[in-house]
Amino acid sequence: MSIDIDHITKSFGTFRALDDVSLNLPRGELVALLGPSGCGKTTLLRIIAGLEIADSGRILLDGQDATEKHVRERQVGFVFQHYALFRHMSVFENVAFGLRVKPRKERPAEADIRRRVNELLDLVQLGWLKDRFPSQLSGGQRQRIALARALAVEPQVLLLDEPFGALDAKVRKELRRWLRRLHDELHISSIFVTHDQEEALEVADRIVLMHKGRIEQIGSPQQIYEEPATSFAYSFIGNVNAFRGKVEGSFVRVGSDLLAHARTDLAEGEPVVAYARPHDTEIVPDAPEASGVAARVNRVLSNGGISRVELIANGPERGGAKDYFEVEVGSDDLARLGLANGQRVRLRSRRLSLFRDQASG
Amino acid sequence: MSSANRVLPGFGLSLGFTLAYLSLIVLIPLSAVFFKTATMDFDRFWSVVASDRVVATYKLSFGMSLLAATINVIFGLMLAWAIVRYSFPGKKIVDALVDLPFALPTAVAGISLTALYAPNGWLGQLLEPLGIKIAFGPWGVLVALVFIGLPFVVRTVQPIIEDFDVGFEEAAASLGATRWQTVRRVVFPALLPALLTGFALAFARAVGEYGSVIFIAGNIPYVSEITPLMIITRLEEFDYEGATAIASVMLIVSFILLLIINLLQGWTARSTRRSV
Amino acid sequence: MAGAAASLAGRLSVSTTHFEDRLATRDSSLVKALILGISLTFFALFIVLPLILVFVEAFRKGWETYIASLTDPDAISAIKLTLLAAAIAVPLNLIFGISAAWAIARFEFRGKQFLITLIDLPFSVSPVVAGLIYVLLFGAHGWFGSWLQANDIKIIFAVPGIVLATIFVTFPFVARELIPLMQSQGREEEEAAIILGASGLQTFWRVTLPNVKWALLYGVILCNARAMGEFGAVSVVSGHIRGETNTMPLHVEILYNEYQFAAAFAVASLLALLALVTLILKTYVEWQAERNAAVENDQ
Repeated sequence: MSIDIDHITKSFGTFRALDDVSLNLPRGELVALLGPSGCGKTTLLRIIAGLEIADSGRILLDGQDATEKHVRERQVGFVFQHYALFRHMSVFENVAFGLRVKPRKERPAEADIRRRVNELLDLVQLGWLKDRFPSQLSGGQRQRIALARALAVEPQVLLLDEPFGALDAKVRKELRRWLRRLHDELHISSIFVTHDQEEALEVADRIVLMHKGRIEQIGSPQQIYEEPATSFAYSFIGNVNAFRGKVEGSFVRVGSDLLAHARTDLAEGEPVVAYARPHDTEIVPDAPEASGVAARVNRVLSNGGISRVELIANGPERGGAKDYFEVEVGSDDLARLGLANGQRVRLRSRRLSLFRDQASG
Repeated sequence: MSSANRVLPGFGLSLGFTLAYLSLIVLIPLSAVFFKTATMDFDRFWSVVASDRVVATYKLSFGMSLLAATINVIFGLMLAWAIVRYSFPGKKIVDALVDLPFALPTAVAGISLTALYAPNGWLGQLLEPLGIKIAFGPWGVLVALVFIGLPFVVRTVQPIIEDFDVGFEEAAASLGATRWQTVRRVVFPALLPALLTGFALAFARAVGEYGSVIFIAGNIPYVSEITPLMIITRLEEFDYEGATAIASVMLIVSFILLLIINLLQGWTARSTRRSV
Repeated sequence: MAGAAASLAGRLSVSTTHFEDRLATRDSSLVKALILGISLTFFALFIVLPLILVFVEAFRKGWETYIASLTDPDAISAIKLTLLAAAIAVPLNLIFGISAAWAIARFEFRGKQFLITLIDLPFSVSPVVAGLIYVLLFGAHGWFGSWLQANDIKIIFAVPGIVLATIFVTFPFVARELIPLMQSQGREEEEAAIILGASGLQTFWRVTLPNVKWALLYGVILCNARAMGEFGAVSVVSGHIRGETNTMPLHVEILYNEYQFAAAFAVASLLALLALVTLILKTYVEWQAERNAAVENDQ
């Protein structure tokens, strides 16, 4: 099912959870709604499901207006963050629930219900647990049962709220791969909410990055990582070094240092933030009058071919702490530079991205 | 109103029924007391609620309720502590029977306590040679109120002792505190909100109590009459205004106590949340 | 609030700490002996002794008097009236409790906290005042008194008054058990059921009710005990007409005031038995709910 979100706005009291959000999601994709807590991603998911009603705007499912449609009729499957398994029913009965509550004329025969539930339990590889109660399952098992339960009614779209949020790191990684495989098998349009960028980058076909009730960027994981569209996108996704300063011709003045840039559309003296990924940042020996931001080596972490160098800014403290930088250096370069702790160096970037600095503006 | 209304059905029906039933059974009837009182002129009202005999009942009701709640806090705390912290034979039965004053109809409690403390009763005959007279006097009121109030203190304090993290006591001990210092400085402050709540609950129940008291009190004017009894007495004299005036005083006291108890329970909830 | 000392939630302890096995929480044996001695003596004097006395006094004049006291027509009509009042009050307050809990625990609206306080109100009102308010409304000189008289309807000094007073004093029991439990359970399971296609009634019967059944039963047990045992409120509206408007507790009072002590205690022993059954059922429900909670706790 394709999903079109058309100018959705939603407030809770004075808090604006979603601010004029529009979004088109084609059929069959696995989409991540990514953002920090409070960015509105869960609210958007619940509005798509019909669990919340938007203040204004429309939801279209397969091109049809579903805004007024009751959640029962939207044909969505929803997996809750804490699973919401029925605690007094066995695993089998949990999965069978959606079939058993169908109106009599649509309800499958008991034998068909059993067959269907067993199929689903096999699909999530937990057939052997069917007589257990939710409380007797591990977190990962509960998650998979919740998914099987949602799939039982053959939803047109699957919505998952922080599906891996309550799991420990190892199970989380396993389930991620499993969800991806499952999606490749079933090809059901799916949207999941997460605050974990690694999770979104690894699992999703498409990422919708949200911040403060608005969409910051939509794109493939690669696009989101390689070409962040906004200052927020840069700082939220992946590791990044941030340099704050003012435009001075083809340079950015950071404290008393200068960084070269190639943008031509920025006014002289405009406050900007310049971002550079650790692998796009280079370390050069300190020399008077050289360009680059002055820093001091704090630690060198070598493991294998790529080493990570942690540096402390020379500039003044901000917010009670010095700025930290991180640079990835190949083993050849590391040997050439001969870095020692405390050594003064300068940082430059091969790919510097500039954004107007809202914080100081 | 939240939009979740649209997902789960029955909001209008359930809230509507709740409000209607609450109004019909509780709010409208209770308001009758104040409407009736408002029709009295103040001098008449004052002459009823401040008459010597009625004032004597306030003194007895409030005085004995305070004393009973205090006794309940002391013994209730010990009992709750014993039930949670110690193992002893019959513990489960003791735990279950703590609620007896609540489950036993007050009239039954009343005649039983009277028979127990009457001069020829099991306990009365032991106390009489010592010159202690309990039944048919003000001390009888106290005995009945102690009986009625006990579960309130035990059941308020008990869950707090149960949930109290043993780690705090172990931490105090590891920092060199003696057992007594630990109890006084660590355990007791954690129990204080619950103890005060239990005290207020027992007190509120005692002030309004009727059934268990009237049998044992003797109901001597100026000596052992409780305030609720005055309402009954006025009613039996067909003095509806007088009864209502006294009732309005009692209702206002109830509202104030309800407010205090709500605040105390809020405090208890906050302080337990903090310690977890 | 006042009136019901314990709620089911407060009675569940899942902790299995053995305090006496831990050095830091072990009281000295002297302290332990002192606390146990004092508190259990107090308990025996104030709780156990009155209970035993009821049964001893009831059988003081032998089985025959005992049976005769209970089969007396006035006693039987008192028993019937008590059962009737409870049979009306308990189901009504049960429906109210479910309805209030559904509205309060499943929806957001203004004044919710105030509503919860109002529901607790009857517990903090003296039973005598609870009786009086219905006299003021429906008594001969009450608001509706002359209208009722003109239409030949009797409420005060009649069965309807007794039922009303009983409903009032047992009003909050079920609601105050269900509201906190349903609030803590949240509405996700119900939302899940609706998404899976269940209707409102299906969701209620298959998801909500099974999740609260122990708290519901607990509230009903407490509500019933109070309904059958209420004295003060019922006493005000009853008029004490033998064989007509006497409940069991009122019958006890009349017998006692006529110095028929054996008969009074015989009827009282039935009520005491009811109290014991209540405590046993209550303990059973606590035990069941605790088992469930222990299983659900790690969820």
